[in-house]
Amino acid sequence: MDGIHDVGGKQGYGAIDVDEPDLYELGKAFNHDWEAREWGISRCARTPDINIDWWRHCRELIAPIDYLSRPYFDTWAQTDFATYVDGGFFTLEEVCSGYSNLGNNPLDQAPPKTMKKADAIIADRQNTCRFDAEINQAPLFSIGDTVITNQHGFSGHTRLPQYARNRVGKVHALNGAHVFPDLSAQGKKTHQHLYTIVFETGALWADCVNKNDKVFLDLWETYLSINGLSK
Amino acid sequence: MVEFNAKKVAELHHHLHSHLPSESALRVKALETLLVAKGLINSESIDAWIEAYTEDIGPKRGAQVVAKAWNDEDFRQRLVQDGSSAIDELGYLGNATGHLKVIENTKSVHNLVVCTLCSCYPFSILGIAPAWYKAAAYRSRAVRDPRGVLAEFGVQISNDIEVRVWDSTAELRYLVLPQRPSNTEALSEDELASLVTRNSMIGTDRDLIKKEEVKA
Repeated sequence: MDGIHDVGGKQGYGAIDVDEPDLYELGKAFNHDWEAREWGISRCARTPDINIDWWRHCRELIAPIDYLSRPYFDTWAQTDFATYVDGGFFTLEEVCSGYSNLGNNPLDQAPPKTMKKADAIIADRQNTCRFDAEINQAPLFSIGDTVITNQHGFSGHTRLPQYARNRVGKVHALNGAHVFPDLSAQGKKTHQHLYTIVFETGALWADCVNKNDKVFLDLWETYLSINGLSK
Repeated sequence: MVEFNAKKVAELHHHLHSHLPSESALRVKALETLLVAKGLINSESIDAWIEAYTEDIGPKRGAQVVAKAWNDEDFRQRLVQDGSSAIDELGYLGNATGHLKVIENTKSVHNLVVCTLCSCYPFSILGIAPAWYKAAAYRSRAVRDPRGVLAEFGVQISNDIEVRVWDSTAELRYLVLPQRPSNTEALSEDELASLVTRNSMIGTDRDLIKKEEVKA
């Protein structure tokens, strides 16, 4: 999706807040309590059959004015609202009024058990996700191959940024086959070879400062082709 | 059940734009209230996750990984070969580090990590990302003008050093292994870890201590 989220190389966003302190040095992790609450909510609850690619796409679908102007964790909360309504857990009326009309657990399960900090630390460790799998197809490309990225994007969720389209790079690494996000965000779990592709900055930007610099992206096989032949 | 209907979700966002309270704190409060009312979540567990990511899971873990790599050549090799399994030795494997790649700075290479499409970050070893990492100013410029971004952070990179920018477009996550400062041979692993800044593990910091600050 050629959305507002795809900011790589865009200009006009101004200075970086380099003076922001490392909150952890101050014994904190969050600037505001509500950010901490949203983080905790995101760790505790999810609609059961959601996946990360669909959740990311739901965040990309936030209206551009909100995406750019709302604080970061606020956009997480809005994405959560949208996914809970989409998944049938909340009605729009409930969200707008702030009150639950149903009252019951839509999952018809026992309430979640109360966690302590130690449980959260264990759960974080057990939450290690792997996205790779063995597939029957051999990778089409090898390390060192010259490849060109697709010229066009895709109207759904996709992970080939606009700035790296129709650009020539080299295969730097093979990473096995990973869940393909474009289809995963449509509820279809398939795996495809994932490559790390290295681009000379001169191949990406006319105004690059140092031609020896490089940009690395992790790209799926169908984003790439050799000699203009689409794979 | 999830419908994966993007058109419906885009419409929902427009309703939410109009109907949610404008204050972020009220929005999140409303979300928590509804989730509790429906029995999907309890507030004590939210507290537990906040405590875990404030007190235990954060950049001190990443700093320990770096210090161990400086101090233990075998560990460094395992870390560079398979970051996830190496950090698992320390009990730090977790959220968003299932496919961890560790990239080493050298005299002639400087690495910088970004996520231009969202804000992917190796949570279980660096904790909550700084606000600048998630902001459009950093995400937009890191891939186009990395030397300008580094200069803004006060890091000057001479032209004979190659800058490598890693855009986290998939589920691989990147941790920069900064160079060990000179004259630190006598330091313990914990002392070494205290030299490692959060920014140096993202790549927006390079020289960890200036030579004149080192007490031999």
